[in-house]
Amino acid sequence: MMNLVLLGDEAIARGAIDAGLSGIYAYPGTPSTEITEYVQHSKEAKEGKVHYTWSANEKTAMESALGMSYAGKRAMCAMKHVGLNVAADVFMNSSITGVNGGFIVVSADDPSMHSSQNEQDSRYYGKFAFIPMLEPCNQQEAYDMMHYGFDFSEKFETPVLVRITTRLAHSRAGVTPKTKKEQNSVKVPDDLRRYVLIPANARKRYKILLEKQAGLETESENSVFNTYYDGKDKSLGIIVCGIAYNYLMENFENGIPYPVLKIGQYPLPRKKIEKIFNECNEILVLEDGYPFVEEMLNGFFGSEKKIRGRLDASLPRDGELNPDLVAKALNLNSSQGSAIPALVANRPPQLCDGCSHIDAYKALNEALKDYTPGRVLSDIGCYTLGALPPYETINSCVDMGASITMAKGAADAGLVPAVAVIGDSTFSHSGITGLLDCVNDKTPVTIFILDNGITAMTGGQFSPGHGKLEDICKGVGVEPEHIHVLNPLSRHHEENVKIIKQELEYNGVSVIIPRRICIVESRKMAKERKK
Amino acid sequence: MKKDIILAGVGGQGIVSIAATIGYAAVAENLFFKQSEVHGMSQRGGAVQSHFRLSDKEIFSDLIPLGKADIIISVEPMEALRYLPWLSKNGWLVTNTEPYINIPDYPSLDSIMTEFSKIQNVIALNADKIAKELKSSKSANMVVLGAASPYLDIKFEQLEKAIHTLFGRKGEKIVEDNIKALRAGKDYKP
Ligand SMILES: Cc1ncc(C[n+]2csc(CCOP(=O)(O)OP(=O)(O)O)c2C)c(N)n1
Repeated sequence: MMNLVLLGDEAIARGAIDAGLSGIYAYPGTPSTEITEYVQHSKEAKEGKVHYTWSANEKTAMESALGMSYAGKRAMCAMKHVGLNVAADVFMNSSITGVNGGFIVVSADDPSMHSSQNEQDSRYYGKFAFIPMLEPCNQQEAYDMMHYGFDFSEKFETPVLVRITTRLAHSRAGVTPKTKKEQNSVKVPDDLRRYVLIPANARKRYKILLEKQAGLETESENSVFNTYYDGKDKSLGIIVCGIAYNYLMENFENGIPYPVLKIGQYPLPRKKIEKIFNECNEILVLEDGYPFVEEMLNGFFGSEKKIRGRLDASLPRDGELNPDLVAKALNLNSSQGSAIPALVANRPPQLCDGCSHIDAYKALNEALKDYTPGRVLSDIGCYTLGALPPYETINSCVDMGASITMAKGAADAGLVPAVAVIGDSTFSHSGITGLLDCVNDKTPVTIFILDNGITAMTGGQFSPGHGKLEDICKGVGVEPEHIHVLNPLSRHHEENVKIIKQELEYNGVSVIIPRRICIVESRKMAKERKK
Repeated sequence: MKKDIILAGVGGQGIVSIAATIGYAAVAENLFFKQSEVHGMSQRGGAVQSHFRLSDKEIFSDLIPLGKADIIISVEPMEALRYLPWLSKNGWLVTNTEPYINIPDYPSLDSIMTEFSKIQNVIALNADKIAKELKSSKSANMVVLGAASPYLDIKFEQLEKAIHTLFGRKGEKIVEDNIKALRAGKDYKP
């Protein structure tokens, strides 16, 4: 009997809690945010005193999780795919140290870029770091894989990467839970030098990591998550990864005539792949994300067999899969309804009515009126919507923290004044170190920290630098007379413009903090007060 | 039994509550379901949709294939048209006619109505107006769900019960308002 209804994200969280999780560490990011939020609201997690507060960024999160695992307990960190870039250093090295308590990293990819800067495929990181991976196809597997993953992680003393995509993260279905496990107790590793990656140790550990690989492959070969389904028609063999399995099944109500190899665990099960490869005339690879498996099958010089997928245009090279694209790759009919009428206009997301960012942008636009355009380097958050009309204030959004450092580089190049625009949460995520660079060079930049009190873009989570922004700036060395807190309201427009203009003229580091609570959050707070 | 439903609207219009209501009812009826929803960026006043699939057999894809939706339930008229490629030949379009205009190039309501008239099975009602008459202006989404309820293959009582489950924490008044709205939608006569 299915007795829980869970998002894919929530199934992961619940699975982890039931598998004896002692702590989750994370920084929010669509589509991964609900994993941590589930733990935060879970009665079971509270009773078990599971750690669940937000970290400053993905790197601090993963390191804390690794530390909890070092101390013997089961730990998890969750992030969106680009978060794994931020945490890549610890990720790569954690496979060399190995782990003590079970250690799972969840990375939620976003093919089609519903809410992201790119659609990078986390599986390359797993391979890069020699870290085994699990890729669930549905909510139940997501749940089950957490139990399996933690046991597996402890058995092989390895981190495990769980890779999901947006569609599973944000889709709800019934899940049957398993019996709950107790948490581990504190126990440091037997070998106290294992985590000391000085070259002499690191070389040893790296050899151990390489030797581990054969065992990981055997485990994949025998895994319940890598299943071979035989089929009579050997004209085609289908290798299908993660959620793509659902799109395949959707197209064959009465069973699939071809052999199918369903992949949910990596490294790839070589023998099973050989089997389908040898038995079938042609191979079709269905995978959401990059052509990761398809590339491996093709090798550098191609293969003697025809391999179809994203690389030979059987499927589009980019974007998320769906049942219709899979149908087309299989030469099946699809039954599109009528076309979208021409009058239907695009409706992109936009800043909310009453958003504090609007007033900040109006003031900044006016202050910059007499300068040549193209000098506002910005960052990621709700305020990125200021790139769109009617504001068109900002000229970049690359990766979290890049506003301050790119403005620095632009100013160093002679684009003076250069302006940086960064949100409060993004600033504490990775803006502080860049600010230190600016201070050390006395770079002529004017840095806006748009302080709406929370991490708004992802739904109003705690902002790690909340209440500390001026102190952080002063502590890093910004001159106090060049730190200004503004009240971004239309009635303060004139005075705000005046202060901004004055700081744009200053030949050094200025920080301007327009501060007003996010309008969505303030409504939420008002509602709660009423209750 | 199998029903594929597309929910459409603009971020903040309450399609999440519609989905949750159908979800609770589906669980009570012991049906399999999958519901894919939109989180993140698009919720800020952008176009949002949710694919809702109900069946007495296991469901695979979280997404409905093109041309296979049995019903589109939309809380906004232009948004209803955005998902026509998913609507099956004999499917129903149930939509609010009150536009939500937050873009400069929003088409005329007449031109939208003309598009509705080309579709075989349409129920178009001004759910905002009906909700306002009930003095429950926030329940327009439930009016639309009520109007769609005859085509869902779910017992109406189950939807009412689901509203109790969903809004119970918010107090009796909110539950009553939403149920009134749901009923008004069901009883709507063009
Ligand atoms: C490395 C990385 N982690 C997480 C995200 C997801 N993300 C984008 S913006 C944002 C929060 C922005 O908060 P803040 O800077 O306070 O701006 P606001 O949205 O509140 O305006 C997050 C978590 C990301 N894009 N990249």
